[in-house]
Amino acid sequence: MSPVLKLTDLSVSFATPRGNLRAVREVNIELNAGESLGVVGESGSGKTVLSRATMGLLPRTATRTGTVEFQGDDISGYDAKQVRDLWGTGMAMIFQDPMTALNPVRRIGDQLTESLIVRQGMDKKAAREKALALLQRVRIPDPQAMMRKFPYQLSGGMRQRIMIAIAVSCNPTMLFADEPTTALDVTVQAQVLELLSELRKEFNMAMILVTHDLGVVAGHTDKIAVMYAGDVVEYAPTRELFANMKMPYTEALLKSIPRLETPTGTRLPVIEGRLPDPTKDEPGCPFANRCPYVTDKCRAEKPPLTDGGNGHYYRCWFPIGGGQ
Amino acid sequence: MAGTGKAHMRPEGDRVLVVEDLVVEFKVGKGNVVKAVSGISFDLVRGETLAIVGESGCGKSTLGKAVLQLPKPTSGSVNFLSKELTTMGKEELRDMRPAMQMIFQDPISSLDPRLPVSEVLAEPLRVWNRGNQVEIDAKIDELLLAANLDPAVVRDRRSYEFSGGQCQRISIARALALDPTMIICDEPVSALDVSVQAQILNLLQDMKDRYGLTLIFISHDLAVVKAVSTRVMVMYLGKVCEIGTPDEIYQNTKHHYTKALVGSVPIPDPTRALSGNLIQGEPPSPANPPSGCRFRTRCPMATEQCAQEEPQLREVSLGHYVACHHPIGE
Repeated sequence: MSPVLKLTDLSVSFATPRGNLRAVREVNIELNAGESLGVVGESGSGKTVLSRATMGLLPRTATRTGTVEFQGDDISGYDAKQVRDLWGTGMAMIFQDPMTALNPVRRIGDQLTESLIVRQGMDKKAAREKALALLQRVRIPDPQAMMRKFPYQLSGGMRQRIMIAIAVSCNPTMLFADEPTTALDVTVQAQVLELLSELRKEFNMAMILVTHDLGVVAGHTDKIAVMYAGDVVEYAPTRELFANMKMPYTEALLKSIPRLETPTGTRLPVIEGRLPDPTKDEPGCPFANRCPYVTDKCRAEKPPLTDGGNGHYYRCWFPIGGGQ
Repeated sequence: MAGTGKAHMRPEGDRVLVVEDLVVEFKVGKGNVVKAVSGISFDLVRGETLAIVGESGCGKSTLGKAVLQLPKPTSGSVNFLSKELTTMGKEELRDMRPAMQMIFQDPISSLDPRLPVSEVLAEPLRVWNRGNQVEIDAKIDELLLAANLDPAVVRDRRSYEFSGGQCQRISIARALALDPTMIICDEPVSALDVSVQAQILNLLQDMKDRYGLTLIFISHDLAVVKAVSTRVMVMYLGKVCEIGTPDEIYQNTKHHYTKALVGSVPIPDPTRALSGNLIQGEPPSPANPPSGCRFRTRCPMATEQCAQEEPQLREVSLGHYVACHHPIGE
């Protein structure tokens, strides 16, 4: 089976007054139908740029190199019109802030039926029926009334459900969810993640879930790519990653999550320091200055992406638990 | 859940803050009233960190602001350092303000983008006549150092030049400028990355120890609360569900709503991923709350009694109070 999505040496850089900013560096990822990938990292790690580059949603200041293959076609050379034709039916996206992603002056019903009418050629009546079914599917109480509402009348959780309904309305092959639950309460977050997992199985969609929280991806992905300063620094099946963590950075991210088991009053482990300046290309491992296990070699030479077996890749000279 | 009562008050303690029967109402539309906070009582003993936890719309932020009289609550009493705030005049209340400070959720918009950091911190000191320029400068350096910022680097920069985590450090330094007794932290880490959250939580702990602060920590994230609080109060639709020490609340959960909140926390371990029994739906509108126990519409254990009768807070174990007719394990 050929993968739904294949990124080969994908790099993205931005021209800025301070110089060339390398946001994503030679990323290689494969995703099969129905599979879900978590992309995890801090603010500024390049995770959002990666998903936008894949969708062809980059601003003009960006330069993209490498290839993006979607369903076997190289789409990296597509012009705006060709990319647009993929959106909705091929790939769809859910954004972090459901308030700004919805049109504030149009009714929910109109926003939901729009893509059905435009992309699927449905007539108004059929689109309306499909929209009602979708609202029901994403567990919106009283779908009839919802069709007439405006986004400002809804809670964050409700808006995100609407966004999901719109995203899956044309049965996309692949769904991008960029921090879909960061703006939501924990209870609603759990509901939305559960809903996304159900829909993914139901429609056999591939999904990329972008988040800064390892807790969010643990229960809802098949594999995980951890990003740091534009690089994928660890890439493994989800269970393998948590059972057999190799990168000191991933370990540090995991340790900094506050947990229910944390005894009260304990100091939480933190990652000291900051991301390196993305406009400069320093030699050595980009995480060296913050790594508790740093050696001279780490400061001198950047580690390559190493295959550790079991589909587990990492970018470290001295992986936790030893190398292969 | 969603009950009333005062069984959990501690009149014998060294109390910094005593809030009784606090009600905050907002007028919406024609003659409609939303009771964001409906009859809440709690107290705060010196040196403690009280976490107020609940979903969006449960009234936790409104409660925090009502304590500071921003705006004044509709009814009820707020007694801070043995003085009644609700009946105070403007001038009197102003004199109380240095002792009670607030830290907000969005660190970037809570700082004036046109002012350099030194001015952000100098402003409260000048307004309250805390010394001459030399003394103020020294105080600013002390505050920045305490917040783990390098004064030489940050003094002359403006808020837009900083990351969210750094802005939150500056907000904390500002809240400390006037040597407050109590700080109300309203979701101080919700807008931050996990890795930065831990830094800010540690900083708050350090500051609390160093300056002998009493904190109210408002959050929707139980895991964050667990690390920093000494007492937890769970709210739902303007009422208190459960109150107790974090260990009691999380390991000996009595309220069905608290259980749902605990069950929703994502666990960073794929072998222990979420079970299927999540709480469904969202809270009903506070403009038209359910009769009796307000949680009954989402509660798996709701009975006829819950619709008829509002549960009162009662002690279930030492220092652990719950407002529920059918608490877990009974």
